[in-house]
Amino acid sequence: MSNKTQGADLSMGPVCPIPIREYPQVLLAHGGGGKLMHQLIQKMFGPTFANPLLDTGHDGAVFSLQGKRLAFTTDSYVINPIVFPGGDIGSLAVHGTVNDLAMCGARPLYLSVGFILEEGLPMETLWQVVQSMKAAADRCEVQIVTGDTKVVDKGKGDGIFINTSGVGVVGDAVDIRPQRISQGDVIIVSGDLGRHGIAIMAVREGLEFESVIESDSAPVVEPILDLLQAGIAVHCLRDLTRGGLASATNELAEAAGVQIEIDERSVPIRDDVRAACEILGLDPLYIANEGRFMAFVAEKDAHRAIEILHRHAVSKQATIIGQVRQSDRPVVVLHSQIGTRRILDMISGEQLPRIC
Amino acid sequence: MKFMQEYRDAEAARKISKAIHQITTRPWTIMEVCGGQTHAIVKFGIDNLLPEQITLVHGPGCPVCVTPLELIDKAIYIASRPNVIFCSFGDMLRVPGSQKDLFTVKAEGGDVRMVYSPLDAVKMAEKYPDKEVVFFAVGFETTAPTTAMAVYQAEQKGLKNFSMLVSHVLVPPAIETILSSPNNKVQGFLAAGHVCAVMGYHEYMPLAKKYRVPIVVTGFEPLDILQGVYMCIKQLEEGRAEVENQYTRTVRKEGNRPAQQLIQEVFRVVPRKWRGVGEIPHSGLGFQPRYAHFDAEKRFDIAHYTTDESSECIAGLVLQGVKKPNECALFATDCTPEHPRGAPMVSSEGACAAYYRYRRN
Repeated sequence: MSNKTQGADLSMGPVCPIPIREYPQVLLAHGGGGKLMHQLIQKMFGPTFANPLLDTGHDGAVFSLQGKRLAFTTDSYVINPIVFPGGDIGSLAVHGTVNDLAMCGARPLYLSVGFILEEGLPMETLWQVVQSMKAAADRCEVQIVTGDTKVVDKGKGDGIFINTSGVGVVGDAVDIRPQRISQGDVIIVSGDLGRHGIAIMAVREGLEFESVIESDSAPVVEPILDLLQAGIAVHCLRDLTRGGLASATNELAEAAGVQIEIDERSVPIRDDVRAACEILGLDPLYIANEGRFMAFVAEKDAHRAIEILHRHAVSKQATIIGQVRQSDRPVVVLHSQIGTRRILDMISGEQLPRIC
Repeated sequence: MKFMQEYRDAEAARKISKAIHQITTRPWTIMEVCGGQTHAIVKFGIDNLLPEQITLVHGPGCPVCVTPLELIDKAIYIASRPNVIFCSFGDMLRVPGSQKDLFTVKAEGGDVRMVYSPLDAVKMAEKYPDKEVVFFAVGFETTAPTTAMAVYQAEQKGLKNFSMLVSHVLVPPAIETILSSPNNKVQGFLAAGHVCAVMGYHEYMPLAKKYRVPIVVTGFEPLDILQGVYMCIKQLEEGRAEVENQYTRTVRKEGNRPAQQLIQEVFRVVPRKWRGVGEIPHSGLGFQPRYAHFDAEKRFDIAHYTTDESSECIAGLVLQGVKKPNECALFATDCTPEHPRGAPMVSSEGACAAYYRYRRN
């Protein structure tokens, strides 16, 4: 051990835009939904694959093909535990991709599924996951129309990894993307936040609470299609998955070049989730959700949008949490519970439980 | 929610704020000792509710921040060894050592695991008898009882494959170091409520008397902190220097006796290095001789290793309340939560990280 700083230059040539000396390896935080993942996308994937569709920075690509507008997206699921309160990796893999399509304003039609299975996985577990996928697909009215299976050596996977891609159709008048967010837009969240992340953490870490906290994993297609059907001026939609509300608002503030103001008191969080976060030293605004989205809606339509969302079980607690302001610089401002203002920042990597 | 939301009430906060304004007649500098309090102050913007004459400075009470660089390097050395399962609280994993952090060790193949309690590490030692399980015991008096319990249980169970890298530190010697410094600007203290829940607050009485300084045992919710500030300012304005207890719903004068007994059973008071501050006598906990076989520094023969600290990072001055995080040249440019140059930028309790997250502009 010495106090000398590393003298060797580990940079692998001029082409890689990520400072390799700082990150010679991929860290877990590169997939955490925070700044490091953002940096990976912004600096490596984005510029390398650059094209107008990718550059919109949306949850999926929307394009026209022989007169039809289509949305196309993909997502991979590596969750541990495979089964958790309120869902499992199978239903999650359907809901997640269907929801990504919904965020483009699309009606989802077809999914592909790729399984990466670890040698030794109990066949019974796989059967349950597959049954769960089928049930979720039926519920979302999508068909799984193509697939692939690979098996890796024991120890090279974590039981089961699933990738799903999805295709959906988009109405002609629909134009949903971050760049449409404008001053005065009202920000709606579709329900209480933080339940999925806490449910997973509780199982993974063997934490026990008085009541079981169930994941919010669910499809959100129907309420969104209803909003569009009713002619609500929906400017942007974003699901509140990894990184939670904080990361999603920061990404959109940057993409749209606006200031987003959130009233902390109006953000719905269940008492048990709040308590779990307090105990673990986590902030519920950064916790992942799997059945929650945020809608940016023209102010004139806000109350009608809430009425429509309340007709659906998955969004019956939808509520207004903030508004978009004009600003010279993109930033998210939180009006705290005790009446003060502060920045709501994007997290670096993963939230780390505090010591005491 | 009980015991939380009622302590975050905007109207009540406004009332205490008004009361503080009414009694404040001149400038005062108060230090909140605990990192949890610093985090709450910045997160809720509590300092914005105070009169301009009151300056809050952030104390040395972030356990991650005060853990010396050489101990992080020792942790990294142990965690990188084959056949070791290295267990740590989450926020230690990203603290930079002189060359890398524990997350990087994990990415390189080291078996580094985040635990929520030292007792989880004991369970792991039972589960993997062929592995050496090492727990990184960091923290103040607050976490010391559970650490001591883990060692005690490991001894009862006769575990031979369990050890601890101990960096426990104590609050009163740190307060005394600040008060006896010629640079000291601090006129009153908010003592850390949870440390006092374990240790009680009789230890602070000689300090209040010797240095003529009010010390208020304070909780962590916005209204707790505002009330703690009120009680402290009231003493200062009235020329009193006493130990008072704001956090009566949790803290008793004598503290938690069984917890104290357990700490004394396993640990003894030793001198300890503080990051950025240097060695403070009687400021840490080390193993009692009869538990010395659990000492990871001995087991891995690294007790003699030392590392010098970076001269650019002003963590020491920040931790003593001499400088604010945004007065550092590295702040938010060369030092960010993604690339921390010093520990206070890592932990969510660290003053620099709190400023970065909530005060950058």
